[in-house]
Parts: sequence; C-alpha cells; structure tokens
Amino acid sequence: MTSVRPLAPPEELRSALSDDARRALDDMVAVLAAGATTLGRVFPAAARRTARGDLAAGGPRLEDAVRVELVAIAATRLAPGALLDELDQLYRYGDADEKRAVLLALGGIDDPAVDGSAVLLDALRTNDPRLVAAAMGPHARRLSPHDWRHGVLKCLFVGVPLAGVSDLAVRADAELTEMVRRYIDEREAAGRPVPDDALLVHDLTTLTRPEA
Amino acid sequence: MRIFDPHIHMTSRTTDDYERMHAAGVRAVVEPAFWLGQPRTSVGSFTDYFDALVGWERFRASQFGIAHHCTIALNPKEANDPRCDGVLDVLPRYLAKDGVVAVGEIGFDSMGPAEERAFRRQLDLAVEFELPAMVHTPHRDKEGGTRRTLQLVEESGIDPGLVVVDHLNELTVGPVDAHGCWMGFSIYPDTKMDPQRMVRILQERGPARVLVNSAADWGRSDPLLTHATGEAMLAAGFSDDDVDRVLWRNPVEFFAQSGRLLLPETDDAPAPDASSLFEGNSILRGQQVS
Repeated sequence: MTSVRPLAPPEELRSALSDDARRALDDMVAVLAAGATTLGRVFPAAARRTARGDLAAGGPRLEDAVRVELVAIAATRLAPGALLDELDQLYRYGDADEKRAVLLALGGIDDPAVDGSAVLLDALRTNDPRLVAAAMGPHARRLSPHDWRHGVLKCLFVGVPLAGVSDLAVRADAELTEMVRRYIDEREAAGRPVPDDALLVHDLTTLTRPEA
Repeated sequence: MRIFDPHIHMTSRTTDDYERMHAAGVRAVVEPAFWLGQPRTSVGSFTDYFDALVGWERFRASQFGIAHHCTIALNPKEANDPRCDGVLDVLPRYLAKDGVVAVGEIGFDSMGPAEERAFRRQLDLAVEFELPAMVHTPHRDKEGGTRRTLQLVEESGIDPGLVVVDHLNELTVGPVDAHGCWMGFSIYPDTKMDPQRMVRILQERGPARVLVNSAADWGRSDPLLTHATGEAMLAAGFSDDDVDRVLWRNPVEFFAQSGRLLLPETDDAPAPDASSLFEGNSILRGQQVS
C-alpha cells in the first residue's frame, strides 16, 4: 500500500470545515474506504461539497487538503500501479484545480513504485503558475537534472516563488547558475527588472558552492 | 454597470478584449462549448477543447478580474458527423466539474435525425446532472427550429426554468416565453439582434427571464455590445436597477441553479438581496499561487 502524506492533519482540516462540509468529507472518505465508489467520481465535486480558501494564512488550501486526503484513502485499496493509473486519469480529465490537487498528492508520495514524473512534466509545459508551483514540490526529485533545472527556470518566468521549490539548495548546480545568469543578462539587456528569486539562485550556488 | 455576459466565446478573443470588457464592467462570463469554424474530426480534439474551457481559459480570464464559467456539450453542427459520436460518452466527466454551469450549446442546426438524437440525449444528461441547458436555435428556419426545440424540451421532462433558448428575435420570443423557458438574446452585428431592437423587446415584455449576451466569437462580433445594450436601456428610460437585473442578476439567477458558479467576493459582486442565489455555489477567493 502506498502512503500519501496529508497536506494537513485530518483533525486540523476538519476543525476548519463547517459541519456540512465535515460531514461531506467523512461521507466521501467512508464510501472510498469501503470501495463503493472510485476516486474519479468524488474528486471533481469535492471542493463544491466541502470548502475553498486557505486553511490558514500561508497554509494549504482547504480544497487541496480535502482532495489529497481522498487520494490517501483511495491509495489504501490500490496497488501502486493502479494508483498511478488513477492519478493519471484524474489529471488528464481534471480542471486546473483538480490537476493541482493531483500534483500536490504526488508531492506526498515517496513510494518508488509510483512515478508521476510524466504528470509533472505536463504541468511544467503549462503557463499556469498554480500548476507549475505544485509540480516543483517533493515529487520533482524524480525529474532528471535537465528537466528539474528547466522547471526552476520556468518558475522564474511565470512568477512562482522559489521558496516553494523542493530541494533547491541541494540540487542547484553550476549548470542552473549558468542558465539563471543568462536569464538575468537577458532581462538586464532589455531594461526589465530581474526577479529577486533569480538573484537568490545565483547566490545559492555561488556562495554555498565555491567550486561552482 | 456590472455585467455578466452569459454567452461569449473567449477562446476566440484576445487579451485586449478582456481588458476592454473589464473596463466596461464585465465581471463574469459563461463560455458555451461550440463549433470552432473548422470542423473537428475526432473525440480527442473535443476533449482538448473542453480541457481548455475548464483550465487555461478560466485562468486567462482570472488574470483580468473576470470569473469564467463554461457549458459543455456536443454542438448541433458537429452532432451530424459520426466521427464525433464518442463525444457524448465523455461528457459526464466534465458535467460534474465546478464552473461547468450548464449543458450546452445543444439544439438544432439543420434539424436532421442525428442532431435530434444528440439533442435528446444531452437534455437527459442535464436532468441527470441537475444542470441547466443552453439551447441554440438555428440560423436557417429559426421559427420551425424553435417550435421543434420546445417540443423536445417538453418531452425530456426538464423543468423549463432550467432551460435558456438562445439567439431569439421578435418572431421566436413569444412561444419560448409561453413555455416558461428563459429567453436568450444575442446582440451581434448583422445576423442577430441589435441594442435598439433589444430595448423594444424589453419594453414590451419586461426583464423577467431575459438574458442578454454578446455571443462574441471568431466572427465579426463585439464583446462590448452587452454594455451598449445597457446604455441603450438607460437612454430609453430604464432605471439602473433594471439594467442591473438584465445584465447581472438574471444570469446569476439562471446559472446559480447549477450550484457550480464561481463568483468572486468583491465589492461589486452580488447585492445583499441576491445573496440567496449563491447558495450551493462555490465562492472563489482569488487564485493566488499557493
């Protein structure tokens, strides 16, 4: 069974929900746990049936936390391959909110048998910052160095804060520094402002990796 | 003037349009799935299009302060191509989604048997998914098409209050009103209504169950004709409240029946007396990067 880290502890999530929303979540969890329905049936309407908005300032969004919990429950009944198939389908037919929740759920999956990198790469091809941000979470450690560096650069381009990129300090390397330096040069040549985050990457690699 | 355009094809429009629409008071739109000019030949090109309606276009609109919703369906023209039959089978995947506020555009184009089959099946889907239906009326033989449309609506058993029959004119509005359906009017250069004719219909019938849209798309059209109609109403002596009812509260009331509206909480969003209309609908508090 594949374990899925929740975005928020179940009791904290429930305490942020109204009575109706809590009942709706418990109901969805119960039917999923009993195998009485599929994730594909409950996922699209999950936000509508529970809540939207921030769980806490700077915290995850309620609807994301709800959907990730639903994935975790479904995962208890699915082999890793079947779970990945289910997530692929949810993502394929999801709207942007559903896609983001799938990406966040993948971020909570360490099971090596569940490799969602194809889904991450799809998200990184979009220009939607919500999807790009969610794709660069912990699951992005499965991306090749080349793809991961381009993901970081994409974050700079679409305005995703690099604070949300997992493993940045560990994975930033000389090649990324070079890419970011060329990006900075291009911005400066055009007389456009350089995002602070671009300078941060530059500093990270030049300060912490003197050999770079 | 706050405006909810209940029928506009934004995938065919530019960011300049979004900017001008916002400046004119447009804060919400519904984009019905329709024909793209170039016929599609496979189910995959439909699903990619539907994905854009619930994904990229919604995001694009949000960048300009406009809440974007859509309706999903196999449109009448392409219902005639057997290669597109499979679209009917994938519709349930989309009809459960937030922001999908109706089944549409359905209805007739040339009124053939394949169109009628698709029309009936999609009215059934509207009933099954508890969604309103947006029904297009044909360009050719609009009167005959509207008559047949109303027969099919009646036979499907759907509540007429959940149906908007669109692209009406002086000749087709009467029977639609008599059936208790909502009446949609497209203010569109040359082929459909213009602001002055719209004002005359409102003077004769009043604002109840009337939706005014621009139907702007890839043809010669103008996304600001909803605003022009509001101005024409004011010039003809209608009050600000009348204009607000026709251009905002009516579409909100109609589409809120879906329970899937995504309206922002803003200062100029719904007046307190309309708050009950939002029950069961999702309120989107901005789409910030999390």
